[in-house]
Amino acid sequence: MGKVMLEVNNLNTKYITRFHEDVYSVNNVSLKVEEGKSLGIAGESGCGKSTLALSLMGYYFAPLHYMSGDIIIDGKNIAKMKPEEVRKTVLGSDIAYIPQAAMNALNPTMKIIRFIEDVFRAHGIQMTKKEIYDMARERFAILGLPEDILNRHAVELSGGMKQRTVIAISTILSPKVLIADEPSSALDVTSQKMVIKMMRDLMAKGYIKSMLFITHELPLLYNVTDDIMVMYAGQIVERGTAEEMVFDPIHPYSKGLMGSIIVPESGVKDRKLTALPGTPPNLKNPPAGCRFAPRCPYATAACRGMEPQTTYFDGHREYKCHFSVDKLREVYASEQ
Amino acid sequence: MQVSNEPVKKPCLVGRGVTKTFGVGNKAFTAVDHVDFDFNEGEIISIVGESGSGKTTISKMLLGLISVTEGTIEFQGKPRDISTAAKRKEYWKNIQPIFQDPFSSYNIFHKIDDVLLDCLRMRGLGNAPKEEKERLMTEACSFVNLKYAELTNKYPFELSGGQMQRLMIARIFLLKPKILMADEPTSMIDACSRATILDMLLKLRDEINMTVIFITHDIGLAYYISDKVYIMEHGKFVESGTAEEVIIHPKQPYTKRLLSDVPKIYEEWDLDTVDELTAQSDERYAKKK
Repeated sequence: MGKVMLEVNNLNTKYITRFHEDVYSVNNVSLKVEEGKSLGIAGESGCGKSTLALSLMGYYFAPLHYMSGDIIIDGKNIAKMKPEEVRKTVLGSDIAYIPQAAMNALNPTMKIIRFIEDVFRAHGIQMTKKEIYDMARERFAILGLPEDILNRHAVELSGGMKQRTVIAISTILSPKVLIADEPSSALDVTSQKMVIKMMRDLMAKGYIKSMLFITHELPLLYNVTDDIMVMYAGQIVERGTAEEMVFDPIHPYSKGLMGSIIVPESGVKDRKLTALPGTPPNLKNPPAGCRFAPRCPYATAACRGMEPQTTYFDGHREYKCHFSVDKLREVYASEQ
Repeated sequence: MQVSNEPVKKPCLVGRGVTKTFGVGNKAFTAVDHVDFDFNEGEIISIVGESGSGKTTISKMLLGLISVTEGTIEFQGKPRDISTAAKRKEYWKNIQPIFQDPFSSYNIFHKIDDVLLDCLRMRGLGNAPKEEKERLMTEACSFVNLKYAELTNKYPFELSGGQMQRLMIARIFLLKPKILMADEPTSMIDACSRATILDMLLKLRDEINMTVIFITHDIGLAYYISDKVYIMEHGKFVESGTAEEVIIHPKQPYTKRLLSDVPKIYEEWDLDTVDELTAQSDERYAKKK
């Protein structure tokens, strides 16, 4: 077992709306990512994936508020730090974050090299412009980006290239954790592949120590990350290795998600896609009991009344459901 | 030659040498370059290509939103005539779009009832009795698994992206055009609602024999949904045929490359070919300078 790079214990965060209502967006989330490993987070829109990413950075700004729990990055607890402190000491050097439309982060009036100088300046690293340029050039070359990008403006680059440039800039200080929130959803499949390849390279060459990859594209997650975690209504409902999650999902929600996978491989056309009915619950008043019960085809009275506990099985996997693993497997087998 | 028992499908939209050039002189850019197509009635046809390959330009030409520089488009056996506003309006009764972004597809000041009532008005049912109108609207909503009673007096922004896109399909169901032009209808909604939308498009084809032109960059979706697939590269169709022919047994290198770009589950996803791609795109970038 490698060194734990990111550890989260019982993290709870909430949004406070302008009507002073609490929305419990991240609920008792615990996770661990080891050095050299990547973890994928899957789930529908509105299930709290992106909020979890924001919460993990410890960068709390209204309407997002911290409630309780620990976020430990390589032994340092950042949960209770002030946003300003987080920005100076954690972001960029310990955690890098890539949002979906990262390419829009580039100010069109600045050359790319200026952003890189900015990163160094913001972290108080004393280096001359020449040194920074040399370092950036070297890093860009390793990541397969042409060197002359450094002296260009953002408008001169294509979407995929901008996205790759932003990833290269945000990981220039070799952070311990990279949080990528749908980094390729706004791109077409070819640019997506280049972005994924680059993130793999970053991992392989040790520029980032661990990665958290958020997306709703399950085939992508399957190919990129070691482990997959499925999130529903702010809670983690199942975790396992990518292989296990795609071919042997246990939680009824994961099962539904895996049923919506579409890949261009023969045999897929005749398979019926399963789509889960309904939408994720409103987290202002989450449903009592299991949060998935209102949409679950197997829900019983017990599910609606009592919240299930997170249970471990097969050594390393976890799930959150009242039914036993064997029972669920039996049900799925009988449906086929 | 094998004789098929299936009835011969009537051609719906036929294009010959369709071209669109933007700009003039040495700045002219040909987005769609002499393409031929035969779209039959009651089929789902996918047009697959990368960003900038001309997919959306074709869709706009077929919708009659932009003019055709060269070539002819035939609609139901006759040359398409959209020269005057009245004729264009008549044509739009036969072809309707669903766009990529559901959030910008609605007038934010119109209630959902108005959106659906507008469709009835377009079909000439504006003066029908109230009960009849409500029956039709309820039917349309239940076709897309929405409840009409829950939608009345609501505004579009109160719905989620997936619901908005489904409401768009409810509109199509009410209007019953011959052709539905779906321009990346699923790329802005998540994987789970995507399955629902695709199944609804299949239902439109099966139940009211609608021709669906499905534009996408995801070859996986194209495989799942289409009867026929056209692969587009730099304004030209490089390969076409049934989904099985094109996607499972591709012949053109471009189709093979597109297929290799999509993450897969049962086969290994080969990331090594990507270096070549990077090189190609960097080359194009170098040329631009």
